[in-house]
Amino acid sequence: MNIIYFLIGCSVLLATLFLSAFFWAQRSGQNDDLYTPSVRILLDDEEEPLQK
Amino acid sequence: MTESTIAQLTTCYHCGEDCVSTTYKFEEKTFCCQGCESVYRILSENKLCSYYNYNDHPGATRQRIDKRFDYLDEPSIIKELIDYTDNEITTVTLYIPHIHCSSCIWLLEKLNKFNPAVHHCRIDFLKKQLNIKFDNQKLSLKGLVELLYDIGYEPVISLQDVIKKQNGADKDNLVAKIAVAGFCFGNVMLLSFPEYFGLSAYEQSFRHFFGWLNIAFCLPVVFYSGTGYFTSAWQNIRNKVMHIDFPLALGIAVLFGRTVIEILTKSGAGFADTLCGLVFFLLVGKFVQRKTYNHISFERDYRSFFPVAVQVIEGDAEKSVPLANLKVGQRIVIRHSEIIPADAILLKGEALIDFSFVTGESVPVNKTLGEIIYAGGRQTSEAIEMEVVKPVSQSYLTQLWNNEAFTSQQDNRMQTFNEKVSKYFTVVLLVIAFGCLAFWLPTDARRGLAAFTAVLIVACPCALALSTPFTMSAALSIFDRNLFYLKNTAVVEQLARIDTIVFDKTGTITTSGGNNITLNAVLRGHEKQLIYSTCANSNHPLSRMICRYLGSMAKLPVKEYTEMPGKGISAVIGTDNIRLGSGKFVFGHTEEDALSTRVHIMINEEYLGYFTFTQSYRQGLDKVGHLSPPYRLFLVSGDQNHEKKELLNVFEAGQMHFDQSPQQKLGFIQLLQQHRGKVMMVGDGLNDAGALKQSDLGIAVTDNVNNFSPGCDAILDGKSFGKLPAFLQFSKSTVRIIHCSFFISLTYNLIGLSYAVTGSLSPLIAAILMPVSTVTIISFTTIATHMAARRRGLQ
Repeated sequence: MNIIYFLIGCSVLLATLFLSAFFWAQRSGQNDDLYTPSVRILLDDEEEPLQK
Repeated sequence: MTESTIAQLTTCYHCGEDCVSTTYKFEEKTFCCQGCESVYRILSENKLCSYYNYNDHPGATRQRIDKRFDYLDEPSIIKELIDYTDNEITTVTLYIPHIHCSSCIWLLEKLNKFNPAVHHCRIDFLKKQLNIKFDNQKLSLKGLVELLYDIGYEPVISLQDVIKKQNGADKDNLVAKIAVAGFCFGNVMLLSFPEYFGLSAYEQSFRHFFGWLNIAFCLPVVFYSGTGYFTSAWQNIRNKVMHIDFPLALGIAVLFGRTVIEILTKSGAGFADTLCGLVFFLLVGKFVQRKTYNHISFERDYRSFFPVAVQVIEGDAEKSVPLANLKVGQRIVIRHSEIIPADAILLKGEALIDFSFVTGESVPVNKTLGEIIYAGGRQTSEAIEMEVVKPVSQSYLTQLWNNEAFTSQQDNRMQTFNEKVSKYFTVVLLVIAFGCLAFWLPTDARRGLAAFTAVLIVACPCALALSTPFTMSAALSIFDRNLFYLKNTAVVEQLARIDTIVFDKTGTITTSGGNNITLNAVLRGHEKQLIYSTCANSNHPLSRMICRYLGSMAKLPVKEYTEMPGKGISAVIGTDNIRLGSGKFVFGHTEEDALSTRVHIMINEEYLGYFTFTQSYRQGLDKVGHLSPPYRLFLVSGDQNHEKKELLNVFEAGQMHFDQSPQQKLGFIQLLQQHRGKVMMVGDGLNDAGALKQSDLGIAVTDNVNNFSPGCDAILDGKSFGKLPAFLQFSKSTVRIIHCSFFISLTYNLIGLSYAVTGSLSPLIAAILMPVSTVTIISFTTIATHMAARRRGLQ
């Protein structure tokens, strides 16, 4: 049953990882504008003139 | 090729306006004006014509061209506007109202194709903001703004950028706090399950391990996520008011204390689960309550729409001077579509001033040389020169902001239900808790302490604290869908308590603009010109409407002009004798139609016909009229009482007040409040700003929420004006729902208390009771609010 200690440690570590990922996203402003990216993705890139 | 090609040929390729002539053509495309064509040329030179592929006619019409960004060379102004600057890079955030479609995003994020000095552009579509990073060695702020102007995206620049401030203010890490609380809540729940399901003797060693982990998880919840409640409770004690935060903080503290002690003394499992859940749900409630509208500002005053700087003539040269440095006696130049920033005397040029910001009346007024023009008007004709007679802050309109209503912080807003109840709640809670302690202490001290803490835990008004935020946020989203935007959730409760409603007239209950004039006569061109020239001299609203109806034409010199107030005008132009006015004035006898106003036309003693004016009131005004009783309705208008007769259907004769200055409007609200009225002011222009601020609830009516509206508590889209009675009734329903949910949460508290007073509250019961009561309250309030809305006919 001692494996439980290890498993709980893993689960807490994983959860902390997710939490810090959320913090990073929040701090780098990824949640500031939740609308514009949904439009931006529909805009095509410029077609590069073929080179050669 | 079918109809669509034909349609494209006659409308402007850039903005979609009708093309009057075919002069402006470029690459097979037609344009309505030079401005639109030049935007297209710029785009096509830079190979950015995909702009037109995403949407039809994405551009803003450019029928007027005048650059006026010289003030952006002033270092003091630049400093105010930019976000960040160093020797190389400057970042600036600009508000561009024209951002409206995907083409806008596409084009504006490609600014560096126009000018390589622009490093980075990002649009926030909902806020209509453009964030730009550029090389300040190669491009000035003025150059950047001119570039934006050239491609048809003129930013609105104002020193008092309230939207930025409003959005920046609420950065108290609430989201981060919720994240931490949620994270701990999840983990603690997982670790508490074994305890709830029972651990065999063989698994006892886990009990302490889980206990220690639980304490570890509680620490960030109490000392990071929950700190707000402790500081708020401490302020409560210092100010000697009992807010709901006090029992909440008490509950959190007791939960934490008892958990730590039970685990350390190995006497029990503690309430870690309940504690984390409590803080998490409370913070979610706080988050839900905080609804922000990115695109609407409720805090605007005159500075946010007055220009940043104004052109001052010094000697022979023009210089731009920041508005705050403008002095009495300076000569200023006001160009087409600029706003007059201070009361000034007209010295040169033809002034045709649109006072729609101030009064809501959009028909421009003609001003003669030497006349004082009040600040806030927008010049719609050529450039004029004026001499400032009053400093900006002391002008007729702006001195309103020096009034007490603006300078003193208002604490006289109505108390919310929550604030009222929590006072008594806290007292009763403490009485029960200490009662238990006193009851058990002589016989069983241990049990007494257990009962004391259990009461504080169970009676912690979590559900109560959540009922208001969730009901209000549901109500807010319903108002929102019906085009009624409230500043915050407390406004709903204020709305429910209103008993007196004061309306402004022009722009509020009447629609601004709108063609409601018909000509019942056949006029030749010269006759039209005669009538136009006569009416152009008059400030009477009807004359102004006739002028607008006839369109602008050359003004003939007028001799012997007389205006008889309330009757009509007569004038001699060349050899022609013109009389315009009421039937009595024109042919000496009355034959008036009660439903509409007529202006009869007589030229050289020959009767030609008449103009008919029908009032264009907002739709649903009759419904609003039915509010009385129980509400008391008043009308305060800055205008003369021309329309008194028509308005009698809605307002009683004694409750209409005409010819009121902005100060008088404010005073009128104060008077009503002194007679214990809960006053709601419905207005639109800057001249209502004082009344809106003074009233218990100020609503600004506007036809476009992105346009200017004065500082207020709520903004109502003109289209929903007729729903005002439904809004008022619905707000009453929401307050009733809050009352109901209060009783539901009390029931849960009583159930919990029946366990608690005996001192036998198990962690499991607390852990079940808390989430169940929370979920009940949330679902009850949400469902009930939506049902109430449907009953009132709101979407």
